[in-house]
Amino acid sequence: MKELKFILRRIRETPLSIVGLAIVIFFTIVAIAAPALAPPRPGRDPYMIPRYGYSPIPKPPSPEHPFGLTQGQYDLYYGVIWGTRAAYRIGVLIIAVSALIGIIVGGLAGYYGRIIDEILMRVTDIIFAFPGLILAMALVVAFGPGLDSVTLAMILVWWPGYARLIRGEILRIRSEDFVEAAKAIGCSDLRIIVKHILPNAIYPLLIMASLDIGSVVLTVAALSFLGLGAPEGYADWGQLISLSRNWITGKPGEPFAYWYVYTIPGLFLFLFVMGWNLLGDALRDVMDPMIRRR
Amino acid sequence: MSASMRTYIIRRLLLIIPVLIGVTLLIFAITQLFSPVERASLYIRDPRQAKDLPSIIKKYGLDLPVYIQYFRWIDQVLHGNLGWSESTHMPVLKALITHFPATAELALYAAPLTIIIGILLGKLAAIKKDTAVDHATRIMAIIGWSLPSFWLGIMLLAIFYGGLGIFSPGRLSVWAENLVLSGEFKVYTGLYTIDAILNLNGAVLLDALSHLALPVTTLVTINIALLMRIMRSSMLEQLNKTYVIAARARGLKWKTVIDKHATKNALISVVTISGLLTAGMLSGMVITETVFEFKGIGYWAAHAATQLDIPAVLGFALFAGTIFVIANLIVDILYAYIDPRIRLG
Repeated sequence: MKELKFILRRIRETPLSIVGLAIVIFFTIVAIAAPALAPPRPGRDPYMIPRYGYSPIPKPPSPEHPFGLTQGQYDLYYGVIWGTRAAYRIGVLIIAVSALIGIIVGGLAGYYGRIIDEILMRVTDIIFAFPGLILAMALVVAFGPGLDSVTLAMILVWWPGYARLIRGEILRIRSEDFVEAAKAIGCSDLRIIVKHILPNAIYPLLIMASLDIGSVVLTVAALSFLGLGAPEGYADWGQLISLSRNWITGKPGEPFAYWYVYTIPGLFLFLFVMGWNLLGDALRDVMDPMIRRR
Repeated sequence: MSASMRTYIIRRLLLIIPVLIGVTLLIFAITQLFSPVERASLYIRDPRQAKDLPSIIKKYGLDLPVYIQYFRWIDQVLHGNLGWSESTHMPVLKALITHFPATAELALYAAPLTIIIGILLGKLAAIKKDTAVDHATRIMAIIGWSLPSFWLGIMLLAIFYGGLGIFSPGRLSVWAENLVLSGEFKVYTGLYTIDAILNLNGAVLLDALSHLALPVTTLVTINIALLMRIMRSSMLEQLNKTYVIAARARGLKWKTVIDKHATKNALISVVTISGLLTAGMLSGMVITETVFEFKGIGYWAAHAATQLDIPAVLGFALFAGTIFVIANLIVDILYAYIDPRIRLG
């Protein structure tokens, strides 16, 4: 509760984080209300964008299609609305699983130390030895392109950060008096970790993980843009941006004729990432104990 | 060089060996996801060999225990054999070498510009803390940090290439490319701007620079944010230190204190994040080169990935990982050189 109050105070103090919070709330509502904002056709996978023909040439916004139709006559409005939900879905999944792995691995390394710590931390070193996007790309190609591969590859690339964070927290807490006391009264290792250490160590992780959703969604979109993620027609911002690449030159005498195909999905992705980053910029201080305990 | 510096460098050099072994182990582990027949393509130097896969499987022991396979694979890698890249019809190593100059040329302009502009803006923001300049750089940093590089690239192309008809994608215009391929233009480095200067050919130089403008802008915009923020906070920290007050009290000009004292010390923390900057540049290359059809290593790797050219992608990952490890090594040594506490600690 004290932490929550602190967060709210931080947000009120910085105007930019209010903008961030507003953007994040907007996208969250869009994601939750997607079935109402863009009703899917019954019996179809709602994440597949409906097509209105097969012509490759995009069509400008009209009353029936407020954001127009992109290459292949996919409805852009439907695509960006369900794309929001898809971004949250894959982002939350990747982060939740990565955080869970991070907690387990970091917890084992931090609590037991010595050889287990050494091995597990060297594994994280190896993964950190690659630029994330490039390792994810290699893994996706190895697993075979598709959203499941992207999810798996992203988890494999993302968990070491959380493992290190938890390990650091546990090393700090392990030597505190209440842990010693729990040991002295004969609590089992499992009980000490789950009941005494984790509740104290997990807080920075929760903050870091929830703010990471912006960067995770950005990286997933980059993989989709490269053609390694979602199948064609899937409501995915990265793919919609990729579909717009052929239309940047417009028509003769009308250079920005197809402005909607590249501007709209990109703006959604950009604002989503920025909203989370703005919020993160203010909240990252919460993780800094020097400021927090002030 | 002091003795402590020498021991530090030796210790740090020894430390990268296990990391590099780890890097190869991870790439090797990925190859193990494939069947021996699929893996055989990692060892081929020539497509004609593909007709005789069983003999390749036998030759490289692809049906032997894993650890033996690892040593045989490492042996091949150390001899420069990274397999055959089907998407470009050449050996992976040759493809890496062929595409390297384009990437090097991008980095040659993007990296220094990012560093110089980032440091200058960060310093400016710190000196003018809480003024309009500070807020403007903060907003710039947040936008740069959040912009998807591929979208920024597309928007820049739509405006400058589609709209204004300048700055087209690719590395050179058709006429310039023909000239470069002809015998009249000597290719020394493969970096066209440098070659153009060496050939005293102003037209090619301008053409190459106009093709570099947008990808370099993209890379700088995306990567500058981190640098700017670190420089700002580290500069602010220095300006609050007692030596700054002492220097002022001795009657030194504010400008001298900032330029000669605070900036130097603030730069130390910028050095520590240059490793991260390298990672940003490497990842940024893949996206930027793809968007602008700038045919460097990143473009090649991204295309290989869409065509499931596994040896090419793994070769590229190995290359990027090695570059990143070496960059971090250089950063650490530089850091120890600037800040004696590190090497003595």
